[in-house]
Amino acid sequence: MEKYVINVNGKDREVSALQDMPLLWVLRDLLDMKGTKFGCGQALCGACTVHLDGEAVRSCSLPVSEVGTGKITTIEGLSEDGSHPLQKAWVEHIVPQCGYCQSGQIMNAAALLSRNPSPSESEIEAAMEGNLCRCGTYNRIKDAIVTASKSL
Amino acid sequence: MMPNLPFLKKKQPEDRSEIFRASRRDFLKIGSLAAGGLVLGVNFQCSGPKGELVTFAPNVFVSIGSDNLVTILAHRSEMGTGIRTSLPMIVADELGADWSKVKIVQAEGDESKYGNQNTDGSFSVRMFYEPMKKAGATARHMLMQAAAKEWGVDVAECDTENSHVVLKGGSKKIPFGDLVAQIQTMELPKAEDVPMKDFSSYKLVGKDIPIYDVKDIATGNAVFGADVNLPNMLIAVVQRSPVVGAKVVSYNDEKALAIPGVKKVVKIEGPGLPAGLDKPLEGVAVLAENTWAAIKGSRELEIEWDLGPNQSYDSAVQLEEMVKSTTSNGTAKRERGNFSQAKSSSGKVIEKTYLAPFYAHSTIEPPAAIADVKADGSVEVWAPSQHPQWARDAVSAALGIDVSKVKMNVTLLGGGFGRKSKPDFVAEAALLSKAAGVPVRVQWTRECDLHHDYYHSHSAQRIVATLDGSGNLTGWNHHTVFPAIGSGLDAAPPSDGELDLGCRDFPYEVPNIRIESHETTAHTRIGWLRSVSNIHHAFAICTMLDEIAETKGVDPVDQALQLLGEDKNLTFAGEMVGDYGNYGEKIEDFPWSTARMKKVIETVAEKSNWKSNLAAGKAVGFAAHKSFLTYVACVVMVEKDANGNLVIPEVHYAVDCGIPVNTDRVRSQFEGGAQFATSLATTSAITLENGRVKQNNFDTYQIIRMSQAPKKIHVHIIPSMEKPTGVGEPPVPPFIPALANAVYKLTGKRNYQLPFQV
Ligand code: FES
Ligand code: FES
Repeated sequence: MEKYVINVNGKDREVSALQDMPLLWVLRDLLDMKGTKFGCGQALCGACTVHLDGEAVRSCSLPVSEVGTGKITTIEGLSEDGSHPLQKAWVEHIVPQCGYCQSGQIMNAAALLSRNPSPSESEIEAAMEGNLCRCGTYNRIKDAIVTASKSL
Repeated sequence: MMPNLPFLKKKQPEDRSEIFRASRRDFLKIGSLAAGGLVLGVNFQCSGPKGELVTFAPNVFVSIGSDNLVTILAHRSEMGTGIRTSLPMIVADELGADWSKVKIVQAEGDESKYGNQNTDGSFSVRMFYEPMKKAGATARHMLMQAAAKEWGVDVAECDTENSHVVLKGGSKKIPFGDLVAQIQTMELPKAEDVPMKDFSSYKLVGKDIPIYDVKDIATGNAVFGADVNLPNMLIAVVQRSPVVGAKVVSYNDEKALAIPGVKKVVKIEGPGLPAGLDKPLEGVAVLAENTWAAIKGSRELEIEWDLGPNQSYDSAVQLEEMVKSTTSNGTAKRERGNFSQAKSSSGKVIEKTYLAPFYAHSTIEPPAAIADVKADGSVEVWAPSQHPQWARDAVSAALGIDVSKVKMNVTLLGGGFGRKSKPDFVAEAALLSKAAGVPVRVQWTRECDLHHDYYHSHSAQRIVATLDGSGNLTGWNHHTVFPAIGSGLDAAPPSDGELDLGCRDFPYEVPNIRIESHETTAHTRIGWLRSVSNIHHAFAICTMLDEIAETKGVDPVDQALQLLGEDKNLTFAGEMVGDYGNYGEKIEDFPWSTARMKKVIETVAEKSNWKSNLAAGKAVGFAAHKSFLTYVACVVMVEKDANGNLVIPEVHYAVDCGIPVNTDRVRSQFEGGAQFATSLATTSAITLENGRVKQNNFDTYQIIRMSQAPKKIHVHIIPSMEKPTGVGEPPVPPFIPALANAVYKLTGKRNYQLPFQV
């Protein structure tokens, strides 16, 4: 076990973990932040997506030892009150079905919009390709991203 | 012996009356019980000393506080269909509640209190539309009676809106909360005295209403199966029988226990064979302080297995054997006219064989459950369960305790599709908590999920169609074979219940029909997946009909309308061998209406401009299929992109589901159904070799990604005042053949096997 100080949603948090423990389990089990979800553990589904210095990363495949001084943002830290344009667009389009994949979808979309504020349909598809939704909300996700991009 | 199919569970007459018997009892108790003493199991407060919150709860589903807050209990499981919103909408609308001041509370699993909670088979709305209306209407009537008395008017002069009783004409109004004290002692009205609202006055039912949890989901605050945290909880990851029926001979846990954080290793005793539908598989669990240590520990286990009789099973070999069996005579399950005669006198015979694979549910949330076995032997459970009472029963059986000692909390489900009806994972958590003496969360990994599912059966079908000299379809002979739900090593045919899912209920006017089933065995756990055997049956039937239309040189939409014939209600009387199930409903209550089917077909043809000319490089396909008492027709358009990949630019659905309760959720189920079906049609398959599932994760068991999804999905809902029927499953079956038929037109190559490559 090693001690790590990681910066999550603007706060330094000290945790003690095996060095290969993925950030996902640090967040969920050690810090009791349950917004980030487990879907595959192999960077194949995107349910665990968070930001590391603004880039979307799959937290299930990022060992805590590699986080370093990078700033982590999770769904809980995307906005204080659900007021991020994507969160508002998600509500407006009633995107979720079961909802389980949606934290990851929103975090991935947020990273997309911060580097490309008005993505085309094919750019949205390319950027969101790593995020699976079994319920089939892809169309509404796309629509919501477009709506959010217009309000940026 | 076939088990009852829980997703077809007959509606018990008690389901309805129980609610109201219970409600009367509850009501009478209200005056005397202390807070929390109500049979509601949630924090409804009852009458207390002056100035405190007083609550009126005319039945288990609705309560109104003196603070004017209306609380409605959701007793069905939310897995993405929107049921947690839709049923409360019905109560609120009938009551006249201000929807923005309605709180929804999830009910515990307890069918003695709430009636059927098995959220499966697309029957929640069908079964509970009327009871929910009555729940709301009863409360409304009593509130109006109280207000009428206060105002000295006739109750007929009163109405409700925005959580107020109003005097018609608008001169007076009073909030519900102010009337709560008065109605504490009021007698519960007789059901026949309670007026129901006219549909036209509904403000919620029949409209687009956002789901209750949408904000919580968008902010990461929604609570799913694995999200409950308990003090001192250990996390368990289990290595289960790699082959169904395998037993542990011995295991070495030294290396597992050496991983920091690993606390304990516990063997789970499985039933061996038959594996059953509600028992954990045999396995060895690693319990650790966190999920990562448990995952690592489970990888370090060294287990010696006695693999048992399924170790040489190969699904591809069985598929070939099943194909062969369809060429022999099976057991007749429906007979009309004389097919053999039709065949011998026919001008043309079309004979095709259709194959479909095993499918896994692969909900993005893998199974997870939490149990806390207490020192007194009772247990509290949290799980994303589709069938909470079954989970409760399974826990009670696993621990050998009375079911009253099992408190069953239901979280949100991160997808269900039939997987989370089975309570095996919930029983695991209970057994492990008992063994460890602390709360335990059992966490399935994706590999666990794909290796140990209750799969949708793979299948072989052969359809023989005969045409007479003038091209009329004169004979239809459908052979079907697949390992039946819950079956095992003893050869068995599909159950009648499975044949009634889109095979025996073939609705077309063909003078000679013979439906035959064949026996086979099961070597893995077979369950049900969104629309069940409708998936493969509709694929075979609707692509065969397309092929017949092509042979005859007629339009497939025209052919379907013509084959449905005059407007009539089908009963299949005298033709079925054994009873026809009709999804658990009496055929008099839910007739098979050719008129409603024709209407959805005509609508989808019109809305999709079926007969208009298409741009070069595009093609469209059509299919129509009724399932779960909902009528659906579908048109799918396809093209190829520059790289030769299949693209689905547009889909049109027409659906008649009776009264659509939440039109937005009807649409979202069809949007999702089209995407789910795209995966079944083009990307997903489970195969087994040496008794083991070969697919491990989403790299090898693929479901569609965003770029593969249909781009535009139009859902045309037929306005209807018929009894409401479900929409969770019906979108899936017709989509697959409509897509297959479109792909054929695009490529000139017919696909007879799922998933198909384009
Ligand atoms: S859980 Fe990380 S990508 Fe699936
Ligand atoms: S909403 Fe259920 S998996 Fe995406």
